[in-house]
Amino acid sequence: MDNETRLGLYKTMVLSRSFEEAILRDYHADKKPIWDIGAGLIPGEMHLSAGQEPVAAGVCAHLTSDDAISSTHRPHHFAIAHGMDLRLLASEIFGRETGLGKGRGGHMHLFDPTIHFSCSGIVAEGYPPALGMAFAFQRQGKDSVAVAVTGEGGANQGAFHESLNLAALWKLPVVFVIEDNDWAISVPRDASTAIRSNAVRATSYGIRGIRIQDNSVEGVWDAAKTAIEKARAGEGPSLIEVHTVRLWGHFEGDAQAYRNDLDSLIDPIPAYANQLESDGVLSPEMVESIAQDAKSRVEDAFDFAKSSPLPSAAEVERYVFA
Amino acid sequence: MVLTSTPSESVTARKLTTAKAMVEAISQEMERDPSIFVMGEDIGSYGGIFSSTAGLLEKFGPQRILDTPISETAFMGLATGAAVEGMRPIVELMFVDFFGVCMDQIYNHMAKIHYESGGNVKVPLVLMTAVGGGYSDGAQHSQCLWGIFAHLPGMKVVVPSNPYDAKGLMISAIRDDNPVIYMFHKGVMGLPWMAKNPHSLGPVPEKPYEVPIGRAAVVRTGNDLTIVTLSMAVHHALDAAEELTKQGIDSEIIDLRSLVPLDREAVLESVAKTGRLLVVDEDYQSFGLTGEIAAVVAEKDPRLLKAPVSRLAIPDIPIPYSRTLEYAVLPTAERIVAAAKRVMA
Repeated sequence: MDNETRLGLYKTMVLSRSFEEAILRDYHADKKPIWDIGAGLIPGEMHLSAGQEPVAAGVCAHLTSDDAISSTHRPHHFAIAHGMDLRLLASEIFGRETGLGKGRGGHMHLFDPTIHFSCSGIVAEGYPPALGMAFAFQRQGKDSVAVAVTGEGGANQGAFHESLNLAALWKLPVVFVIEDNDWAISVPRDASTAIRSNAVRATSYGIRGIRIQDNSVEGVWDAAKTAIEKARAGEGPSLIEVHTVRLWGHFEGDAQAYRNDLDSLIDPIPAYANQLESDGVLSPEMVESIAQDAKSRVEDAFDFAKSSPLPSAAEVERYVFA
Repeated sequence: MVLTSTPSESVTARKLTTAKAMVEAISQEMERDPSIFVMGEDIGSYGGIFSSTAGLLEKFGPQRILDTPISETAFMGLATGAAVEGMRPIVELMFVDFFGVCMDQIYNHMAKIHYESGGNVKVPLVLMTAVGGGYSDGAQHSQCLWGIFAHLPGMKVVVPSNPYDAKGLMISAIRDDNPVIYMFHKGVMGLPWMAKNPHSLGPVPEKPYEVPIGRAAVVRTGNDLTIVTLSMAVHHALDAAEELTKQGIDSEIIDLRSLVPLDREAVLESVAKTGRLLVVDEDYQSFGLTGEIAAVVAEKDPRLLKAPVSRLAIPDIPIPYSRTLEYAVLPTAERIVAAAKRVMA
């Protein structure tokens, strides 16, 4: 892997983290002293992806805006890695008329047709629509692929199994991604899943499956390269499971009393910075300037969102039908 | 007395069954638009369990006519994803009773994406499904359930009662940029393996035409009583009207044809004339269509009514198997006559 690619992966992860740190700040700023999940400039449930950036960065490095992503209730890292306009993303999260969904969607329901991005708030139910996107690409004679994302908890859903079988049967250009962050909200993987690796489940449907054990962005990048190239070449679907890490709660406000692993978590971003520094690809000055650059892009997006108008209540019925 | 919603009756002598009218609509649209494909269980070489796709595989081949595994969640979602990416899927759910295994893809995805995206993403697809009982198929294969689909926002819901409307509504549904749930009653399809229903055969123009979604049809005019109904029950109501005429009651029958959008004006206009309303439905009674139609009048002007609204629907019980029990709950002509007389009393 060349240095430029490695730097690119790092920058993508930093941008995503920077965005979510800004959300963290603004989300909690006006929910004090009495916690009310529906209060403040960013109301509602907030599922942040900190720790899982290697999955999105490694996969999306091989995609163009013609490729589709069907993501989850925890979608920011994939949205950002796939090149979503930060202003439109932030505005939707702030519930503004300038947002992707004009304030009708929210952070679990991001739809951006310009980069073929969508997500679903229902566990594993983003998989089936990805089949259809891949089906359309196949029928339209394009070499685009669709990436479907779920968590390890989602891999126990019927939608997951039905989708693997149908994609394999019809040789659809899909890459199935599982973000195994060890926790289905409060239920550990050991208590939810009978096997150690979901790559085995891929094998049982006759498709390629791989498990990446160490949350390594370069490991994801390697696996995704193969899977996406094969999908583009008409060789059908693959599955990539990444053993990643959920650094923060399931949702903001989650006290995580159930968690026994908080002391042993490894943040993948400083870890990758260290690796790149020791390989001579990154310097402390570059770390600082990359962080500053990300921060200024994020603050621009947040300023834009906060200064944008809220949707008009008189227009609440608009967009039910085309 | 009997009016028809089929203006073409005078210009075409050709008659088709409802099933053949549906197939013709799909076939003509597929010839026009290569982005249309059909998908579902047993819709290929079998031609659809209720003959809704007969002959399409032979004509269009397996790239466009696709038998699916029994994985409704996967193929409903596939239809949505393909529609999002510019295709126009027609997907069949064999019996509406089966929606329980895939409803998330329907009401949380197919139906909501356009709204959630602020109008940026369209989902143009047709979900067709068989409804209705009357042939002892029991509690899991005899329901109508359109009230559920009409209750949940984001889906248009059409329910043709005859071959002419079946073709025109199918063409309108395919050309619509929204998800359209197309619910056809097994009893009006004209299937050789079910009791003969003379209403399942009717004049259908050969050329493509649209029946507008959201417009009801007055299928019989009358002055004493308005019967609002849909699907198979339209025919029961027409039979009942003949009997009622003999008894001196002149009924007007409205075939709703669409539940979403609902033609409220047609209901109000008729009730303003007759002053009496009987709503007949083959779906369950509570929290459903019959209550909704009653509310249309109550909210507009209850003074339109000379007598209280009456409802005839499936009582809130699972549809029974045994014929004597099943026919005790279906909205048959006999039960409609009895209900109409109560309204007139």
